[in-house]
Amino acid sequence: MSIIKMAGIDFRYKDAWALRDVSFDVRRGEFLGIIGPNGSGKTTLIRIIDGILVPEKGDISFNGNNILGMRRRDFARLVAVVPQDSAMIFPFKALEVVMMGRSPHLGMLRFEGDRDFEIARKAMEMTDTISLSDRSIDRLSGGERQRVLIARALAQEPEVVLLDESTAFLDIKHQAAFFGLMKALNREEGLTVLAATHDINLAAAYCDRIMLLNNGRIHALGAPGEVITEANIREVYETDVLVDANPLNGLPRITLMSSNLSGQGSRSEAGAAPQL
Amino acid sequence: MKRSIVATPSKVVRVSAVLGIVFVVVVVVSALTGTAGIGIVKVLKSLLCEWCEGFPALAPPEKTILFSIRLPRIIFAGIVGAALSTAGVVFQALLRNPLADPYILGVSGGSAVGAIIGIIIGAGCVPFGIPALAFLGAVLTVALVFVIGSREGRLDSNTLLLAGVIVNAFFSAVIMFFISISSNADLHNIAFWLMGDMSLADGDKIILMGLLLAVGTGVVYCYARQLNLIVAGEETAMQLGVDVKKTKIVLFFAGSLMTAVAVSFTGIIGFVGLVIPHMMRMALGTDHRLLLPASFLFGASFLVIADTIARVIFPGMELPVGVVTALCGAPYFIYLLRTRST
Repeated sequence: MSIIKMAGIDFRYKDAWALRDVSFDVRRGEFLGIIGPNGSGKTTLIRIIDGILVPEKGDISFNGNNILGMRRRDFARLVAVVPQDSAMIFPFKALEVVMMGRSPHLGMLRFEGDRDFEIARKAMEMTDTISLSDRSIDRLSGGERQRVLIARALAQEPEVVLLDESTAFLDIKHQAAFFGLMKALNREEGLTVLAATHDINLAAAYCDRIMLLNNGRIHALGAPGEVITEANIREVYETDVLVDANPLNGLPRITLMSSNLSGQGSRSEAGAAPQL
Repeated sequence: MKRSIVATPSKVVRVSAVLGIVFVVVVVVSALTGTAGIGIVKVLKSLLCEWCEGFPALAPPEKTILFSIRLPRIIFAGIVGAALSTAGVVFQALLRNPLADPYILGVSGGSAVGAIIGIIIGAGCVPFGIPALAFLGAVLTVALVFVIGSREGRLDSNTLLLAGVIVNAFFSAVIMFFISISSNADLHNIAFWLMGDMSLADGDKIILMGLLLAVGTGVVYCYARQLNLIVAGEETAMQLGVDVKKTKIVLFFAGSLMTAVAVSFTGIIGFVGLVIPHMMRMALGTDHRLLLPASFLFGASFLVIADTIARVIFPGMELPVGVVTALCGAPYFIYLLRTRST
């Protein structure tokens, strides 16, 4: 049932604890959101699940197998990451970027074969990026580039995809399109998705469960309606918000109540958290 | 979706074949170019004479010039050009910096100090002479830069880059100090060494340098795909399955060693290791499976051409080859940069 099991994870950067006693299960095929203020440990957690950081204490198992100390190549076949952005000093073409996803499946000195091209083509079909194949990655728009990076992640044929603030540089239209695509892949391909994001409303709209991190600990974990409450958000973000039900789907929706705007009605919605 | 966008084995073979033919043509033309005129007809006749009697053979002095002076020097220039260009590709990729060249980690400064000390005290005082001192200087410097640039066993690219720049700046001062106290006779030798000089080519050096180039290039080529991923970012490379820490150590070591040996034998030939990788990248793209063999072959051709110009442009005297690489390479590079941006 659970695909990833984390038990008692501690991690620190030199003197500063980043994660303390973090334990949770990721269910196979779920869409799990990770929210929390800056410095709460979201990125650290993503990097630990991806094996880039090694925790000081605790166990991580993947399908029941301990993965600490696993080779990078084997890791890359289980977990793929869609990063915030991809700045390349020497730009590659979009197809070359997608083909990079096949690298963990290729031996030394091997070139991509028919099967690899077929997998890349499928990944690019699903993300609607085939027409971008021969475009240089640095000439694409932010939304196009993120779709290419999703295609690269899919080409890895992973069991889990991690989104590390993947929509941070996208406008609201492309944010919604990005999460919509990930949701479709999650539903149709059975892909397990973990999304670290600052956007609480996006997380509420697309995630099956949400984890709220605070100072390196799990403050709450559960369905969006259980986690995104005025009390939780106030305690963790130290900010007053209004939580009501999104009229479109009944999911929780937060509205920032900025002190100098309070009492001015709808203008308070122009706060930092964009609405969907 | 066209496959030809990506580097395929057949594309690598085709590009290598074309650049290989270019290299052969360059070698032949260079061998027949020089102050002592040796025409192609004469050479062909002399080769034919091995089998048939009656043709006038190549005179012994001409034979000596061709096979004992020009060809060794051409082969040596080819090897050094290939080594510097390959190392240039590696350093630009590992440091993710278009300004990187094989000398960026201090190899040039360290080897120059070693060589200048050798010139001043007299090369006869040490076994293996100036190249040995230059190599020692280069290796010690790179070791120092690696120590400065490593944190908890991993090499940090930005720290390495800064350490290399600082070490090179420091050695420039040391070089200027030695120049200011050296005699007129030594000055000429120092200037030639600092600008790169091919005239010292001989059989032993060719074999040593050739073996090292073969090993170094082989190691680097095994990591060609990993280099692509490192260019995309070190974290990305890890997420795509590359053992970045190990790969960087192996490649920095291979690139530095190839550069150190080349510099020790020839002095500081600038520009080849910076410009050839860029030229090939503009023409063929960023994939290192294509970029590495292309830079290897074109770098070899480029340095043979430059060295030919250096030895024939002023009859009766030779220029340091580094003068030619910079004078020809820089304007052409500027032209490429300008025409590419449109």
